[in-house]
Amino acid sequence: MKFSRKTLGIPYGVFLTLFVVAPMIVLFYYAFTNGQGVFTLRNLTDFFTDPNTLGTLFYSLAIALTTTVVCLLIAYPVAYILATSKLKAKSVIIMIFVTPMWINFSLRITALKEILTLIEGNLAYYPFLNSVLGMTYDFLPFMILPIYNTIVKLDHSLTEAARDLGANERGAFLKVTVPLSLPGVVSGISMVFLPAMTNYVVLDMLYNSTYIMGSLIGSYFAAYNWHGGSMIALVLLGIICVFTLLTDSGEDDARTGGALL
Amino acid sequence: MENTENIIELKSISRTFADGFKAVEDFNLEVKRGEFVTFLGPSGCGKTTTLRMIAGFDLPTEGQILLDGKEISKLPPNERPINTVFQRYALFPHMNIFDNIAFGLKLKKLPKEEIKKKVKKVLELVDLEGFEKRSVSTLSGGQQQRVAIARALVNEPEILLLDEPLGALDLKMRKEMQLELKAMHDELGITFIYVTHDQEEALTMSDKIVVMNEGKIQQIGTPEDIYNEPQNAFVADFIGDSNIFNGIMTGSMTARFAGGEFRCVDDVPEGTRITAVVRPEDIEVVPTKEGQIRGKVTSVIFKGIHYEITVESGRYEVVIQSTKSADVGSEVGMKVEPDGIHIMIAEDDTNIFPVDMNKRHRLEFNGQELDTSLTQLIKGSHRNENHELINENGEVIDPDKIHVFCTIEPEDIRMTDDVDDEQVLVEGTISNLFYAGDHYSYVVNTEIGQDFIVYDEYLWNMGDRVGLILPSDKMRFSVKK
Repeated sequence: MKFSRKTLGIPYGVFLTLFVVAPMIVLFYYAFTNGQGVFTLRNLTDFFTDPNTLGTLFYSLAIALTTTVVCLLIAYPVAYILATSKLKAKSVIIMIFVTPMWINFSLRITALKEILTLIEGNLAYYPFLNSVLGMTYDFLPFMILPIYNTIVKLDHSLTEAARDLGANERGAFLKVTVPLSLPGVVSGISMVFLPAMTNYVVLDMLYNSTYIMGSLIGSYFAAYNWHGGSMIALVLLGIICVFTLLTDSGEDDARTGGALL
Repeated sequence: MENTENIIELKSISRTFADGFKAVEDFNLEVKRGEFVTFLGPSGCGKTTTLRMIAGFDLPTEGQILLDGKEISKLPPNERPINTVFQRYALFPHMNIFDNIAFGLKLKKLPKEEIKKKVKKVLELVDLEGFEKRSVSTLSGGQQQRVAIARALVNEPEILLLDEPLGALDLKMRKEMQLELKAMHDELGITFIYVTHDQEEALTMSDKIVVMNEGKIQQIGTPEDIYNEPQNAFVADFIGDSNIFNGIMTGSMTARFAGGEFRCVDDVPEGTRITAVVRPEDIEVVPTKEGQIRGKVTSVIFKGIHYEITVESGRYEVVIQSTKSADVGSEVGMKVEPDGIHIMIAEDDTNIFPVDMNKRHRLEFNGQELDTSLTQLIKGSHRNENHELINENGEVIDPDKIHVFCTIEPEDIRMTDDVDDEQVLVEGTISNLFYAGDHYSYVVNTEIGQDFIVYDEYLWNMGDRVGLILPSDKMRFSVKK
C-alpha cells in the first residue's frame, strides 16, 4: 500500500465522521421531527414562544455578556502593562495568571465558593454576581493571553511613528495600539463569550439554580424530550455560527496572530 | 543670512544605557539649515541612538540638543518639529494610504479640504498619485518606502530624519531612491539627517558625513574629505576599499611601509610611526624591476569596470584595482605615486601584526608556534579529539578564514644580540632610533616585512642585527572577521 500524507488524515476523518458529522445529522433530525418521526417546525416555534426558554436565552446572554465585559476590563490593562513593561519577571507574572488553569476546575470553583460564602454569608443573595465572578475567574486567562500576544507582537516603531507624527501618549495608544490589538480582543471575546453561554457547572456549583443554555438542554434530555432539546442545541449552534462569522470578518484585515490557546 | 545659521546643534551628547554601555559618547555636531548630513558607521556604532535622541525617542544622559538655539533634548517627540522615516517604514497597517499620510495633519486639526490637498500634493512628490485608497499590505517595499517618506514630509518638518530607509530595498531600487531622495532634498530645502552603514550611499547623497565608531565621532567632513583625507585608520578602512599599512617615516617626505620605501606628499618628521593608506586604484602594476615593492599575484577577479588583483608581498596582502589584468602566480612589481599615499600619524607605538593559524590549529608567527589558548579567543569554540578547533556551530574552523592579530607594547619586547637564542621569535635590523627622554625608541625591520617598535633603556646602533623576544604573557590576541 502506498503511504501518502493523506493517509495520516484518515484517523481524523473517521473521528470527524463518527463524532461530529453523525451527531449533527442526528441533531438536525431530532430538531425537526416530532415524537412520531414526522417533519415539523413546532420545536422551533416552541422555543421562541415559550417564555421559559426565551428567559433562559436572555439570562445566558446576560451572564455571558457581563462575564466578557468584566474579563475584558481586567484583561486588557493587565495584558497591555505586561506586554509593554520591561519587567524581567514578566514571564513569572504571566504564569501567575495562567497557572490556575492547571488546577482542577471544580477545585477552583469550590475554593471560590468557600471564599464567597465567607464574604456574603449566603450564596443565595447574589446568584448572578456569583456566577459572573465564577465565570470570570475561570475564563480570565483566555482573555489575557490572546490580547497579550497581539500587543507583544506589535511593532514598537508603530507607536513611535504615531508619537513622531504629533500624537501624545494617549493619542498613540488610542489610534494605534488599541485598533491593532483588536484581533487579540476578538479572539479573547470568542473564547470567553461562547463558553460562558453554556458553562452551567459554574452555576450549579455556586448554587445558582437558574438555567442557562447548557443546563436547559440538559434538563430537556433528562426529561427524554430529545426533540425540544435538540432544537435548543441547534439554536445555540446558530448563535455561535453568527458570532463566529461576525468576529471572523472583523479579524480578516489584521490577522496578526493572537490565539495561543 | 537665514541659510547659514545652524538649525540643530548637538553639544557633548552622551547616552549611557542602564547596563553601563556607552552607546554615544561626547557627540558634538552642528547642522546648517538645508544640509544633507549622514551618520555613517558599522552597526552598533551609535548612529541610530543619536538619531533617536534627535527625534525624542531616547533622551541623552548628558549634553544638550539645540534646535534653532532652543534646548529640546527633554521634549517628547510629538512636540518637536522633526519627523522620522523609520527603518522598516512603520506604516499603520490598519489604515489606508490616505489615513497614514493624513495622520499628523488630522492631529493638527487642519480642515478636511486642506488635508486632502496636502496628501494629494505629497503623493505626487513621491510618484504615487491616486494611491489614497490602497491598503498598506498591497504595496511593494519600494512603494511603502515612498509612503513613509510622504507621511513624514507632509507635516513640513524642519528636519527630516531617515533611519537606514533604503536598507530593505534591492540594489536597483536603492540606487533609484538615493537619487530621488537627493532630488527631493534639493527641491524642498528641508534639512535631512540620514543614517546608513552603506558608505557608497553616504558618499553619493550627503553634503556632510559624520563617521562614527563605538559611539564616538571619527571624522566629520564632506564626502571628498572623508574619502581622500581619512583622519584615522578606521575611517580609511570603512570608506572605500583601501590598503592600510603600518610604517615609519624615514625622511621628511619618505615613508617605509609594506617592505618598501615610498615618496609621499605629507611632511611628517623622520622617525614618526605612521599608518599609510593607499587606495587600490592608486597602485600601478609594473614589471618587477620598476616596482617599489614586488609580490606574487594570488587572485584576479573581473569586476566589470576593473580587475581586482590581490598580490601577496611578504606578509602583506595588497589589493589593486586595475583596468589591465594580470596572471595568477606571476611576479609583479607595484608602484604608487606620491600623491596616492595618504599618511596618518599613528595614534600610539603599539605593535599590531597578523599571526597565522597553522594546520594543527595553533597560532604561529614566523614559523614558531605561540603559546596561547585559541578556544578562549574564539567564542564558543572547543577542540575535538584530533585537536582540531570546532566553532559554536560544530564545524571545523578553516585556518584560512580566520584572522588573528597580536598586539604588544613596545616596552614589552626585549632585544638580544644572540639571534640563535631559542626564545627569539623573529630577527631583524635596527633601522631607526631616537632617544625619548628616559629610553630609546627603536624601529626594527624584519625579513618578513613587519616593522617592530621597541623601547629599550640601552643604546644599540643603527644596523645592529638583533633578535626580538616577545614574552607570551604580554602578547594580546584579537580575532578579526
